[in-house]
Amino acid sequence: MTSSLSIRRLSRLAYGGIWSLPLPLWLAGFFLGPMILLIWLSFWDVKNFLLTPDFQLENWKKMLSAPYFWAAYLRTFIIAISAAALVSLIALPCSLAISFFLSVRARMVVLGLFVVPFFTSYLVRVYSWQIYLTENGIVMKLLAAIGIDSGSLLNTPLALMIGLVTLTLPLVIVIQSISMLSLDKTLIDAAYNLGCGPCRVLFATVLPAVRPGIVLGALFAFIFSFGDFVTATYLGGGKFTTMSILIADTVKSGQQWPRAAVVALMMIATLLITALASIAFAYRRT
Amino acid sequence: MRVSALTRRLAVIFMGLALIFLYAPILTNFVFSLNSDRFPTVPLGGFTLEWYRLILADALVIDAFKNTIKIALVVAPIATIMGFAAAYADYRFNFIGKRLVLIFALMPPLIPLVVIGLAMLAYLSRIGLSGTLPAIVVSHIVLTSPFAMAIIRLRFSQIDGDLEFAAQNLGASNWRAFWEVIIPSTKTSILAAFLLCMAVSFDEYAVTWFVGGLEETSSVRILSFLQSAVSPRINAIGSITFITSITLILGAQILVLRRLTRGNS
Repeated sequence: MTSSLSIRRLSRLAYGGIWSLPLPLWLAGFFLGPMILLIWLSFWDVKNFLLTPDFQLENWKKMLSAPYFWAAYLRTFIIAISAAALVSLIALPCSLAISFFLSVRARMVVLGLFVVPFFTSYLVRVYSWQIYLTENGIVMKLLAAIGIDSGSLLNTPLALMIGLVTLTLPLVIVIQSISMLSLDKTLIDAAYNLGCGPCRVLFATVLPAVRPGIVLGALFAFIFSFGDFVTATYLGGGKFTTMSILIADTVKSGQQWPRAAVVALMMIATLLITALASIAFAYRRT
Repeated sequence: MRVSALTRRLAVIFMGLALIFLYAPILTNFVFSLNSDRFPTVPLGGFTLEWYRLILADALVIDAFKNTIKIALVVAPIATIMGFAAAYADYRFNFIGKRLVLIFALMPPLIPLVVIGLAMLAYLSRIGLSGTLPAIVVSHIVLTSPFAMAIIRLRFSQIDGDLEFAAQNLGASNWRAFWEVIIPSTKTSILAAFLLCMAVSFDEYAVTWFVGGLEETSSVRILSFLQSAVSPRINAIGSITFITSITLILGAQILVLRRLTRGNS
């Protein structure tokens, strides 16, 4: 009796383990492992162009005292936070339209249409924007046709924002829409019954209630804009050196991986703090 | 919401403009892949298939596409099975630290790709894998399995949790109940996850570029083209990748949506 019970228990444990363990183990081996190595790597030394495991603070001192590092850090942060604000503003009317002004069927189709571009090659779409914005490109010719002499729009902050909106808009619209769709509709009716006009309903009822969705949407836009290196490289033309470009250049041009690791860890720390602060703000009680 | 017809219409028009903005770069890419002028601008030149002919005759491009397909065909099944396992474990079992494991499993897509690329490159170099196709496969599984887990977990949240136990009470073993109850009710989402993983693997360029060394996928090939010069050949490769990923994503969406509408009726 007891032995058959323990066998059943064992087989139940085995059944649980078969399903619970594979992904966590894989991620421990090939995601957590690399991340921990990244931390260690930031203390290594480079001797005669060879990486040497070590424990010294030289890389951190070097990077954190370099003006070009802080310039890149500030630039990346400003670009990402501007993109997050801009994308959230553009997404808001879209999400309102999807959640409140469309039929159930149309809503599904439109959300689907917004999701598709997110999973298509961002590289090729950036190349397309290059074609639009370059010297003698489509936008310049169209503007010239109505009498505006614009010059190349490439390598401007505007080009960067166009790229980052392209990258993050679908994600932000989906997050905002999900939170609007789960909103209790009786809340809105109650506000109308109490005599609020549409504007008051929007600003006093809807927006406060969907604050988590708006904040999380902005957070995702920030995360993706902060980490992206394609936009700044191909729409910024190397004029806007971001943290990601710093890493890519350092790794691809030589053996200074430990210094790139410092930059990478500073990025992760920034994203972590931003994420925790946003989540705290999103779910804060008013 | 009770707002004037004008407000409604304005919001919907704005939404339409946002859609046009998102699809504009995709559409122009198709147009310029068929345009005879070397420099892409308006007015358009004549119609040509020359750029497609050029890339199909380019051994580097062909090899890159072969690699891409090989990688996606290995990555998608493994990532889907692991994502499914994690989603099922989360639905079926309770264990200490489950929430933490779940959050951890959703992390990889949120870490900047260059950061993962650098970490992976350092790690895979140490175990002698960097610069090989398996290195790309290993990293892609890390990047895609969270998507598989999320999409299958969504399906589990709609399944009645007692169904499997009912089957067991009627005498079915763990595995029998699994095959008879769980698999039939999740199979469309498994297929959807599979297609999504293929699409993500197909378009990934950053981590692949870091860990792949001389091995190129089609996305990395596009990156190399971009680094050299403007050429309508990029549009031709771009069209092929767009058609592939749009087909995969639409397939996944139709599977998920059909199930949702059937669930409502």
